[in-house]
Amino acid sequence: MSELKLMKGNEALAEAAIRAGADAYFGYPITPQSEVIEYLMAEKPHERTGMVVLQAESEIAAINMVYGAAGAGKKVMTSSSSPGISLKQEGISYIAGAELPCLYANVVRGGPGLGTIQPSQADYFQSTKGGGHGDYRQIVLAPASVQEMADFVKDGFELAFKYRIPVLILSDGVIGQMMEKVELFDPIPRLTDAEINEKYPWATTGKKSGTERRIITSLDLDSHKMEEHNHKLQAKYKEITEKEVRYELIDCDDAEYVIVAYGSSARIAQKAVRLARAKGIKVGLFRLITLFPFPSVKMHEMCGKGIKGFLAVEMSSGQMVEDVRLAVNGCSKVAHFGRYGGIVHTPEEVLEALEQKIIGG
Amino acid sequence: MADITLDQIIKPENLVYTKTKLMTDKVLSYCPGCGHGTAHRITMEVIEELGLEEQTIGIAPVGCSVLAYEFMNIDMQQAAHGRAPAVATGIKRVWPDKIVFSYQGDGDLAAIGTNETIHACNRGENIVIIFINNGIYGMTGGQMAPTTLIGMKSSTSPFGRDAQRMGNPLKITELVAQLPGTYFVTRQAVHTPANVRKTKRAIKKAFENQRDGKPGVSFVEIVSNCNSGWKMTPRDANTWMEENMFPFYPLGDIKVDGKLV
Repeated sequence: MSELKLMKGNEALAEAAIRAGADAYFGYPITPQSEVIEYLMAEKPHERTGMVVLQAESEIAAINMVYGAAGAGKKVMTSSSSPGISLKQEGISYIAGAELPCLYANVVRGGPGLGTIQPSQADYFQSTKGGGHGDYRQIVLAPASVQEMADFVKDGFELAFKYRIPVLILSDGVIGQMMEKVELFDPIPRLTDAEINEKYPWATTGKKSGTERRIITSLDLDSHKMEEHNHKLQAKYKEITEKEVRYELIDCDDAEYVIVAYGSSARIAQKAVRLARAKGIKVGLFRLITLFPFPSVKMHEMCGKGIKGFLAVEMSSGQMVEDVRLAVNGCSKVAHFGRYGGIVHTPEEVLEALEQKIIGG
Repeated sequence: MADITLDQIIKPENLVYTKTKLMTDKVLSYCPGCGHGTAHRITMEVIEELGLEEQTIGIAPVGCSVLAYEFMNIDMQQAAHGRAPAVATGIKRVWPDKIVFSYQGDGDLAAIGTNETIHACNRGENIVIIFINNGIYGMTGGQMAPTTLIGMKSSTSPFGRDAQRMGNPLKITELVAQLPGTYFVTRQAVHTPANVRKTKRAIKKAFENQRDGKPGVSFVEIVSNCNSGWKMTPRDANTWMEENMFPFYPLGDIKVDGKLV
């Protein structure tokens, strides 16, 4: 039964994992996302659905537990915050290379290094350009509400299994910590062992007699075969780029200017759009939902229809703005505004940046 | 003496040995004289003899045995360097009825993966860990390992391991035996027929423990040679191992049925 609740973003993510029929969560506490594992431990999902929850000895161990369980056909996830996500990158690269489905969340805090525990969006490059080694991509979903923290768990698992790819929910300290009303989706039953064996012919569940054994690996010492494997991965990323782009356009129909933002920055930008409209400025919001794949085609199409300027608003010194520039490709003005290091910008600051850098600039 | 043809020899009644069907026909990538091939074979023989092949998932490490999955004819996963016990934990926790084992070398298990080793052992994961200790990094060309003996030469200790500058060899097997989460801890070798038989019995016990749900890790160390890395003939390497490795890494059971011997 769908259910209305007041929850923190991190709690909604955790509850959604149970409802999405996840088989396991492996994690390690870190601020500002420790509520995920705390909620899961308190909820006793082993009694509710049979889901396993384990606190690992490190983020590295947690992501490798995910690798093992995902390689055995189970629906598994982990979560962390920026420094912990850096530690997981080796495992994520292996997961991408071995083509395993998994979901993980990054509740981003300010960096670099240990940085701060305050919100940030400075992990955009790491998330969208491949944080670990090798030529790989992952699907990146950017929730802008507690509702989406829950919904994207379900969507993320679906995409992960559809493409056998790691899917990242790129959240931030604002979305993770704030409380909002959330409509929780109806629980999806966990797959039975027989269903897993039937649905996932690649999963290592023990070699049955008369069948080919299954191997999960990212290694091939023959570089020609490795190039072939890379071609296959690239074809998959191309398909994802063509089919899985998601975004939301707010007040863009008559807009002369567009603010591009995702996550909590998009919420702030939405308020800035209202402030601007009150002053008679025709501005809209292009809210990114998937960061990879990036909605380049739509953005380019918009700039061909008379948009005079794009303001990329993000809590970083300018990472997403590079993808906006690539999409716009010189056909319109692009500028960046963002506070960073754990500082969250205000709608007024965004409006001021729009007026100075785009309209007046 | 009359000429004997192959047809006369190849008959069922003449068959005295055949390799387990759980080893593939792929030619082993190991150096002649290396203990890995024997360790692979007896592990697979045990799984076949116990009838566990349809429910077993093995984990290959990074190191010389990175390609173990090419030789072991069962479902396998290849893990990141040192992470095999975490990968094994992930599989065993979501498939508690399966048999899960990792096969790891000394660099993998006792250097880069020490954390994963100790914590999997301390949590008492119901898995088997097979640990090949040859005191050197074979695959990368003979560098110092966490288990390299004092005075032993390697490409990164060319004048011999010096404790003051390079630290001491790590007896990780004695260390994990101290943890409440290990059920069976033993150290064996595979350089003589007698040792092969003893080691096979130990591996069998380890898998039986897991099959029977005995609580905790069953940990089998195999002290082995690396004639290429040690720059010796296989025969000299075995003699050197007996004279130098065994005094520091004594063979025998360390913990049986959850109790220190």
